[in-house]
Order: sequence, then C-alpha cells, then structure tokens
Amino acid sequence: MNLSRTARATLWAALAGGLAVIYVPLLVVLLNSFNADRTFGWPPTGFTLRWWAAAWNSTGVRDALWTSVQAGLGATAIALVLGTMVAFAVQRYSFFGRDAVSLLIILPIALPGIVTGIALNNAFRTVLEPFGVGLGMFTVVVGHATFCVVTVYNNVLARLRRLGASVEEASADLGADAFTTFRLVTFPMMRSALLAGGLLAFALSFDEIIVTTFTAGAGVKTLPLWIFENLFRPNQAPVVNVVAAALIVLSVVPIYLAQRLSGGGASAR
Amino acid sequence: MSDPAVRLCGLRKSFGGVHAVTGVDLDIADGEFFAMLGPSGSGKTTVLRMIAGFEAPTSGTVELGGADVTRLAPFERDVNTVFQDYALFPHMDVLGNVEYGLRVKRVPRAERRGRALAALASVRLEGYERRRPGQLSGGQRQRVALARALVNRPRVLLLDEPLGALDLKLREEMQVELKSIQREVGITFLFVTHDQEEALTMSDRVAVFNEGRIEQVGTPAEVYERPATAFVASFVGTSNLISGEAAQAVLGKEGTFSVRPEKLRVAALGDPVDGAEHSATGTVSEVVYAGPATRFVVELDAGGRLIALQQNLQVSSMDVTGLRGTRVRLVWQRRHEFAIVP
Repeated sequence: MNLSRTARATLWAALAGGLAVIYVPLLVVLLNSFNADRTFGWPPTGFTLRWWAAAWNSTGVRDALWTSVQAGLGATAIALVLGTMVAFAVQRYSFFGRDAVSLLIILPIALPGIVTGIALNNAFRTVLEPFGVGLGMFTVVVGHATFCVVTVYNNVLARLRRLGASVEEASADLGADAFTTFRLVTFPMMRSALLAGGLLAFALSFDEIIVTTFTAGAGVKTLPLWIFENLFRPNQAPVVNVVAAALIVLSVVPIYLAQRLSGGGASAR
Repeated sequence: MSDPAVRLCGLRKSFGGVHAVTGVDLDIADGEFFAMLGPSGSGKTTVLRMIAGFEAPTSGTVELGGADVTRLAPFERDVNTVFQDYALFPHMDVLGNVEYGLRVKRVPRAERRGRALAALASVRLEGYERRRPGQLSGGQRQRVALARALVNRPRVLLLDEPLGALDLKLREEMQVELKSIQREVGITFLFVTHDQEEALTMSDRVAVFNEGRIEQVGTPAEVYERPATAFVASFVGTSNLISGEAAQAVLGKEGTFSVRPEKLRVAALGDPVDGAEHSATGTVSEVVYAGPATRFVVELDAGGRLIALQQNLQVSSMDVTGLRGTRVRLVWQRRHEFAIVP
C-alpha cells in the first residue's frame, strides 16, 4: 500500500512514541544498575559494578532466584504434559463438550490473577491442609500451571491444525506402528511448538506475583516476591534495580526464542 | 489362476447415519491399472481408505492377494498410498522421506539407500535427495510421494486423486508418466479420480461410482461406448438421452437410449438416411465454438435435446455460428445407439 509522506511520518512517529513509552523506562533501569549514585541521581555521576556484585553476593536474591527457577520448571513440566494432551484431544477427536473444554483451558490466562489467587488459596487451605499439605512450593507450581497450560496448549494446537493428520496416516501406511509414528513423525514435528510453548510458560511463571502471593506459604519466596518486598527498603534499592535489569535481559531470551520457533515452524529448521 | 490383487466383498461403510459406501464387490487383477471414478461423495475415496486400512468397514471384507486383511492395521498391509496432499514429512529431506518405509521395516542402511536412490531415479528426481519437501514444486512433491510408496514394492499402490493438485499441463505429463512407471514396475495401481478423462486415458479398467455403489465396471472403451446406466452415460462424457415418446417416435422402440455427441452428424433436413442409420429432426438452439470442434445443441421435434459435436474439418466455427435457429437433421449409425438403465 502506498502512503503519503505525511501519513508515513505520522505513523513512524506514533510507532517510535509507543515503543519509547514501553522501553525507555526499562532502559533507565538498566542504566541505573550501573549508576554510582546510591539515590540514582540523573545524569549518572559515574559507572560502577558495585550493585551487581552486591546482588550476586546477596543470599536473599540467590535463594529467590533458585525458588523461581524451581517453580518455573515445575509449572512448565506440568503444562507441557497436560497442554499437549488436551491439544491432541481437542484437535484429533470430537467428543461431547469439546468446545467447552477448549474455552475452559484458555480461560485462566484471562481471569484476573487476584481471583485465581484467592480461589486457589481457599481451595488449597480447605482441601489440602486437612491432608497435611500446606501452602508451599507445590501449591505455587500448581497455581502457575493453571495458566501455563494455556501457552503450551495454544502452540501445540496451532501446530496440529497446520499439520493435519495425513502425515501420520502416511507413516502408518509405510509400515510404522503408532509408537514409531510418534517417535519419528509426530514428535519431531511438534518439537519446536513444545519448546516455544514451554519457554513462554516458563517466562509467565517466572514473573508471576499475584497468584504466587496467595499460593506461596511463608517459606517460599520467588524472585518477584523478593523484589516486591525489598522495593521500598532504601538500602536495598540498588540491588533491586540490578535484579530488575538482570530479569529484563533474561526474559528477552526465551521470548525471542519462542517467537522464532513458533513463527519459523518445521520447515525453517 | 492366481488370486486377485484386491478383492472387495459386500463392502459397506456408514459414518453415523450417513451411508458412504453401500455394498461394493470388486476384483482387481494383479498388475492392473485400475481407476475408481466418481463424483465427490460417491464413496470412492472411502473405499480406497478401507483398502489402505484407515477406515474399518461397517461390514464386508477386503482381501489382498487372497488374504483377508479387513481387520489389519494400515502398517500390517502390503499396500502403499500416494496421498492427495502427498503428506510428505516436512522435517525430513527427500531421501529421508523415500527411505522411511524401509527404515521402519529395519532394512539395512546400505540396501535402503540403494533402493531409495533407485526409486528416485525411476521418478526422475536424481540430485534432489537433500532437498526438503518445502523446497520442491508441486510436481516434484508428487514424484517424491510416488517414490516413497514404490520403494516398498507393495502388492498394490493406492493413489488418491494423485494429479488433482497439479495444473493442467503438468497433469497431462504425469498421466503419461504414471502409466509408464506402472508398466515398468508391474505393480497393481488403484487410483481414485473424479476426472473422467484421466480415468479413461490412464486405466486398464474403470469402476464408475455413484452414491456409494459401483454403477459399472469395464474397460474405458466399454464404459464410454456402452454405458450401463444413465448416470454413467452422463458422468463419463456428455449425456445424450432419447427416452419416452421421443424414443418411440425416433427409434420406434421403448426405453432410454444414449448416443455420444461425436457420433451424431448434423445434416440438412432433406439429406438421405440409409438403412443402417437413424435420424431425428430438430432446431439448433445453440452453437458453441470449442476450438477444434463445434458443439450444436439441437431441440428435437419429437421432444428432448441432443448435443452434436462436429470436428471443424472443412469449416470453422465462425462459419457455422449463424446456424442458430435453423432446422437440421441429426443422423447416426444405429450401432452407436444403446439402451441404458435410466
């Protein structure tokens, strides 16, 4: 489509403005993590790696990071198994209530986190506690899995839709039993979709705070929880800033990979 | 005599309340190039899928080389399929695709490599071994699908609308090529098509399907020249039916009769008709230019309409388009009219 010179300039300006609103604050966080001034005076008075060293040596940060990784891996594992199974069921079979199941799977991503959080909190305390399972890592993982399933489900479903069933029929036709077909055809073609869905699920879990607040017991502190707790403590502010900067860099990687994997598909490997 | 390559007995298939196949009996001889022709929804593809093992028949049996395979899974049957959309594995290169059948049957690496290369050579795809399906044209993919199936040396090769996705030019090339490949390998080819020309030009025998049943089985010439039913007459070629009172008036007999358009001669009203011929008078309602031939639509005085196809040997269509509205006599040899089941 041909646009006039003014229209083009306006659209470019709007794009630049929109992106600036999102990314300039992040950039400031990143720069401030090297800011020598403890109160983040602007412009920075000097460059320092002091805060990075402090964050690295903080046991609170390290423990919280490890907790977040564990929770993320757990939720991602559950999401991969359940999301894939549901996607296969919905795409390959027709059964009563199929559309309802599809909707119910996707819904948690849209539900307000606070609602999910309170609901899970109530459920866990009334159902699990009598059996001696208190709020803790397990409940955080389950809570995160409720919305992590969606990303895997969506990725796998989209891939299954695109592939159709005929390649699997072709495999069977050529003499492969169901297991061989899955090993040589279905799984290799799903692999990048699973990876993309898994990375997104991990990223979702990693920065989740609302559901986490309601499902984590006293002993469990994920990185977002730690940041939120220390945000308003003046002497911790530089360290929080470093953690935020590190998280920005860390979350770019999985999102970038996920986007490449789900966009490229099987042919662009 | 040896068992037929494929024998279908009382084959039926219903999906829910829909009867897709309503009783098919068919024998296909070893080495035959056999076509299942019919409009979409006539059950021909369902029959193919039951032979391949993708659908279980509601009742009836499928035999391959004398052995009942009705209850066997696709991977236990000695047939291979060329799918309509080819169904190549997108994550494997051409060689990987062609070797797949041998690989899952644990044929040693060296042997399967040799056979795969030979199969690719037979479909003239040397040098494409390392390409991905996504990097091939439609015609090349079709050849890969063919090589992937043929490399297993199945008893029967099933082809589901094998040329449907190709453009006209390529389709005509592949028709000739498929035929010559089949002659070389000597495997029974069973292919499904809705294109009557494709069925007539390629196959040794044709089964015409309609509404889940076979209307007629025969050589292309038999099916075309002597259609058994009104459906066959209209689906294979142009239907030219004379029935009821018109049959009485023109032919002097009861029933429904058909004459192929190219067998009709458009003559002047007063032209003589000899004893071996029949004729009918009528008015030309339409003259259609069709390149090498002209199509005349003639409304008969006795009722009904016939289409006559005249080659443009002496005159061009431009000379005869003025004939619309004139009265003519259609003349044909009696041996070219035949009674059909309405």
